Amino acid sequence: MRHRISGRRLNRTPSHRKAMIRNMVTSLILHEKIKTTDQKAKELRIVAEKLVTLAKRGDLHARRQALRVIRDISAMKKLFDDYAIRFSTRPGGYTRITKIGFRAGDNAKMAIIEYLPLEEKLVEKSAQKSRRRVASKKTPAKSTATKVSTTKEVSADKTVVTDDKNE
Amino acid sequence: MAVPRKKISRVRRNTRRAHHAISGTTGSVCPKCLEPKLHHHACSSCGTYKGREVLTKTVESAS
Repeated sequence: MRHRISGRRLNRTPSHRKAMIRNMVTSLILHEKIKTTDQKAKELRIVAEKLVTLAKRGDLHARRQALRVIRDISAMKKLFDDYAIRFSTRPGGYTRITKIGFRAGDNAKMAIIEYLPLEEKLVEKSAQKSRRRVASKKTPAKSTATKVSTTKEVSADKTVVTDDKNE
Repeated sequence: MAVPRKKISRVRRNTRRAHHAISGTTGSVCPKCLEPKLHHHACSSCGTYKGREVLTKTVESAS
């Protein structure tokens, strides 16, 4: 039984699997997005995200650790110069997988995996989220306060209306 | 070896199989082009997912 054994074998020998993941992650770094099967994309995501973490660390040891996976110098350069800066503010989750239907021929579930682009909106969003986390205790109190104030206004309006009727 | 005593009648066999039906795939409507699409998938007709990702169309034209 293969209980509690993580990872997909993808119908390949360990060496074949390792070689394939290497090739795929190199392509992903160079082309930003690649189209593959959903299962391969999910397996690739693990390696791709760990490489970005190494790139963000950026020291010589990290470079040597990354070189164990990537053998392409241009990909290494892009990873440590471009992606390290691009994802410097992002706390993990550097890739996105979008399912795009089924392949003709073997009906395999296909997906596109990509490194997220640098967007100011996303940076703002993450900043907002962190603010919310910091002020999580304050925000619900505020919302209840506003609710109370609105109900008060409504009741005030009602009293005004009743006053008119009485007149 | 244990052997069934009697042949199971057509009715009994079919009654047993009454609950074996496979339910169909469910889908949703693309918010952009209103075509039917699969859940958690990019729309097959306009190539968008969650409004912003024009994925399939750009990739298909590129490759």
